[in-house]
Amino acid sequence: MSTAEKQMDTNTASASDIRKRKIADVVNAGLKRRYAAERRFRFYGIAAIALSLIMLVVLFVTILGNGLTAFVQTRVTMDVVVSAERIDPQGTRKREDLITGDYQGAVRDAVLALFPDVTSRKDRKDLMELFSTGAGYELQKQVMANPDLIGKTIRIEVPVASEFDMLAKGYISRTVPEAERKISDKQIAWYDALKSKGMISTGFNTTLFSAGDSRQPELAGLWGAVVGSFYTLVVTLALSFPIGVAAAIYLEEFAPKNKWTDIIEVNINNLAAVPSIVFGLLGLAVFLQFFGLPRSAPVVGGLVLMLMNLPIIIIASRAALKSVPPSIREAALGLGASKLQMIFHHVLPLAMPGMLTGTIIGMAHALGETAPLLMIGMVAFVVDIPHTPLDPSTVLPVQIYLWADSPERAFVERTSAAIIVLLGFLILMNAAAVLLRKKFERRW
Amino acid sequence: MQVLILFLVLAVLTVIGFRLGRSRSVKLVGGDVARLHSLPGYYGFYVALWCGIPALLLVLAWVSLEGPVLTRLILSAVSPELLLDPNGGPISQAHLNLLVNDLRNIASGTVASTANPLVQAAGLQLASYREISFGAMTVVALALALGGAGLALRWVHADFRARNSVEKVIKTFMVLCSLMAILTTVGIILSLLFESYRFFARVPMTEFLFGLQWSPQMAMRADQVGSSGAFGAVPLFAGTLLISLIAMIVAVPVGLLAAIYMAEYAPRKVRSIVKPLLEILAGIPTVVYGFFAALTVAPFFRDSGQLFGLNISSESALAAGVVMGIMIIPYVSSITDDVVTAVPNAMREGSYGLGATKSETIRRVVFPAALPGIVGGVLLAVSRAIGETMIVVMAAGLSANLTANPFEAVTTVTVQVVTLLVGDQEFDSPKTLAAFALGLVLFVVTLALNIVALHVVRKYREQYE
Amino acid sequence: MPEAMETQMTAGTPLLSDTSAVKVAARDVNVFYGEKHAIKGVNLDIKQNEVTAFIGPSGCGKSTFLRSINRMNDTIDICRVTGSIALDGGNVYDRSIDVVQLRARVGMVFQKPNPFPKSIYENVAYGPRIHGLCRHKDELDEVVMGSLERAGLLNEVKDRLDQPGTGLSGGQQQRLCIARAIAVNPEVILMDEPCSALDPIATAKIEELIDELRENFTIVIVTHSMQQAARVSQRTAFFHLGTLIECSDTEQVFTNPIHKLTQGYITGRFG
Repeated sequence: MSTAEKQMDTNTASASDIRKRKIADVVNAGLKRRYAAERRFRFYGIAAIALSLIMLVVLFVTILGNGLTAFVQTRVTMDVVVSAERIDPQGTRKREDLITGDYQGAVRDAVLALFPDVTSRKDRKDLMELFSTGAGYELQKQVMANPDLIGKTIRIEVPVASEFDMLAKGYISRTVPEAERKISDKQIAWYDALKSKGMISTGFNTTLFSAGDSRQPELAGLWGAVVGSFYTLVVTLALSFPIGVAAAIYLEEFAPKNKWTDIIEVNINNLAAVPSIVFGLLGLAVFLQFFGLPRSAPVVGGLVLMLMNLPIIIIASRAALKSVPPSIREAALGLGASKLQMIFHHVLPLAMPGMLTGTIIGMAHALGETAPLLMIGMVAFVVDIPHTPLDPSTVLPVQIYLWADSPERAFVERTSAAIIVLLGFLILMNAAAVLLRKKFERRW
Repeated sequence: MQVLILFLVLAVLTVIGFRLGRSRSVKLVGGDVARLHSLPGYYGFYVALWCGIPALLLVLAWVSLEGPVLTRLILSAVSPELLLDPNGGPISQAHLNLLVNDLRNIASGTVASTANPLVQAAGLQLASYREISFGAMTVVALALALGGAGLALRWVHADFRARNSVEKVIKTFMVLCSLMAILTTVGIILSLLFESYRFFARVPMTEFLFGLQWSPQMAMRADQVGSSGAFGAVPLFAGTLLISLIAMIVAVPVGLLAAIYMAEYAPRKVRSIVKPLLEILAGIPTVVYGFFAALTVAPFFRDSGQLFGLNISSESALAAGVVMGIMIIPYVSSITDDVVTAVPNAMREGSYGLGATKSETIRRVVFPAALPGIVGGVLLAVSRAIGETMIVVMAAGLSANLTANPFEAVTTVTVQVVTLLVGDQEFDSPKTLAAFALGLVLFVVTLALNIVALHVVRKYREQYE
Repeated sequence: MPEAMETQMTAGTPLLSDTSAVKVAARDVNVFYGEKHAIKGVNLDIKQNEVTAFIGPSGCGKSTFLRSINRMNDTIDICRVTGSIALDGGNVYDRSIDVVQLRARVGMVFQKPNPFPKSIYENVAYGPRIHGLCRHKDELDEVVMGSLERAGLLNEVKDRLDQPGTGLSGGQQQRLCIARAIAVNPEVILMDEPCSALDPIATAKIEELIDELRENFTIVIVTHSMQQAARVSQRTAFFHLGTLIECSDTEQVFTNPIHKLTQGYITGRFG
């Protein structure tokens, strides 16, 4: 306080000086409160970020926790007598006769032979519930491929029914009272007997990546949906990329600045924000009803997603074109190139990485899109793998939706697995976009 | 399949046209390419365009119009008793659709729902119509391709401005492409208006917009009780608003605060890690959020509600709204981030220079300055919430409750659109048409929000540019 | 401490003999931007109720030094300050000094007018409000009106106090910023090229205002215009490449500079 005293001494202390002292004190007095407010504000910010990240983590942990086990499948290995009277009673060995053989019956014989003391009708039925109905198909496949197997005993490895897969993975607790679970104590005992005989094994769930949809979780696979998604995206990409780039070039390089281009511009921005389900309604009314294109076909899905994707690609492509410096254009024009030559030879190659990045991101969006595809019937239950873009099929996100709706516990696991696969594709696509962006960052 | 082969043939013809055009132009000047007006390649392109484009357009038009035309033809040729119902009147639209479907299935060789020999015969006839149509199309398309190429080849001269012609075609193509966006909008508006018009012809618009009862399940027989269904959409609007409101209550504060912290406080390193992480939230497909809501969040709310003696439905608006809010956080935060960083630094310095703390500066100077942009961003987020489909389809209910209680199950416009249209349906029942009326409302509302929001954001950007 | 950082000799009278009149005393001040040594060992006294002008070619560090007086450089992450700057004897870089309180005592006016996107009234009321200086609305009204009056702006804006400050002309905006600064009644006002964005007429008004404000405030002004320095200031400090070359009474600097760099600069040989 020596300065203050000094000022008093030198008679320069005026009313305004005293007021200044007072102000400093008032400011000082408020500091504590104001810094508390500051800390609080910072805390809110950190809390908001933490909350978002926690949600992200919870989401991923839930999905991974539920889904990772679906990549493993519990199987049972058993010897089946391929008896001629079951498979080919007439002994013709012809394809059309073989295909109608009672393979499930052969499997049943083999199972009952394993448990000779199970005699009552109900018990036998319960016992068969341990095995997937896929066992019959597996046997059929082998016999059809090699009819010489008839009369021999062959070893097949088939999935156990999904409930017992769940039991093996610990999702169904043995301690829960019998009445509250789907499988009985007796069935569990049989399962344990199989296990003690060393017939139960676990391995990578190949069905998940090779089969189409099925009502039986252990037989359901994603491959049909993956192929459907692939066809859909190919159609989307093949249409939206050239159209989007051409539109962007026109709007950025040629279009005069007038009311019309303004309307187009506003319109593109608005389209990018129209709810996706509205595009589904458009597809339903125009492509299915008016043009009579087939329902559930990837072509139609691709068309709808193309319309949705177009604004994204146009906006990204225009930004990429804008970032090419005018000096390059002037240099090309100065050499006597026509405007189109300038664009195709000089501007487009430079803008291409940006356009591709935007396109990949747009395709990633399209891959995750569900709602509009529901409108055009891609929710159908499709067992077969589609062979052309015109075959009925479903796509990955719709498959997720369908499985999420199924009541079986095993479908929860498979839905999560499907989500992991979908997210895997999305991560790949986004990583590609990031790499592309990094690699071609500003060459000028 | 056949069409694909035709396309392939046309493509080969086009390539041949290109080669012919180029070699002819070179031959015309005796190999002295400099005497040509344009590079030889342009003559090739010119011929190729004349060869490919008319034929391609014809095939596309033919394929898209073939279905409706043939259907009309076959219906006029089909034996008249198929078009009469047991009472002697004309059959209903629904039955007609079924019949057409059967005919198409038989023609394509797949299973039909009826074994009626008359229908079978008609189906086979349709198949023969199709064959004739395809044959005619092939002949005409090939003739067009060859004729176009031939004409173009005759037009090729040394002075011919091939480049200008080719460029004109390319430019026209680009104009058409940029009109696609307009066309899409027009398509959306027309299809929604058209179907909604048919809906409002059966259900008065006032009942739809102001009615409090929503039960679109039509009775199977006309004499059943409540056969008309009820199409009062107010409960849907209310449900949509309730869920959107919950979503915004989650997303706006969290997104805003997170973005402000990132823009103003976070060190660059933290920012470069956390920002992409938050963007992941925006990249997750909504169906995943829907699954997450139904599997994890809804049971969590239900169980924790029970702890406090609250009866929270397992399809509560709360769960769907909260998860939707999480989905929207990155939208709010990314636009806030853009807008906040656009506020000139001079504003902050002015405030610091007066002795304001950082948070005072943010709350009293930066935030008010950024407010218009933030409002625009929030409006965009609201429109996204209203139009969001999968989360609510999977986590919200189907029952049209008119309630403001977030613990109860409500339904939304998008949920109803999906439920009305998924599964087997007839295109003419009010139930199906109602989906388009709902779609129209959805489109109009989100469009209005978007236009306002984009306008506000644009004005805001201009202010600081 | 390396040799380059040691206190350098400055021509003129950078340190005052009458310590009672010293408002700000800088001793051996060094400022670093990351690796860059922006201010090198500056020793300087700033006298109470006087206008001190900082001149020098662009990039010489005059603004940097000005901003280190009220610690505005704190907002730049890579910026580091050593040495001491004493305000009324207390080092502003001391741990016990709070930057908020410091800036309430040392106000600042910037190069480009930067009114907040608020009404004219709210712009001026901002400082008193955040510091909680006024208990009642009447008191606040009085402070706002008084500040506008002292900034010579009241007559021009008294009918539209509720309109946005951004709607004023450039010169009015800058005077609004000055009113905003004096509403907190600071002891020192730092002005960083306050007229560089203004036309000559607006500049003249501001210069007039600066001269009036000298009565109640200690003013430090950075300017790239030597004429302006000559017109408004009592003392002038010349900076070159981060070093204080010369500091004395304005008249002395402009009529009879000691250092030949100063002479070169004011005669327009470089700058």
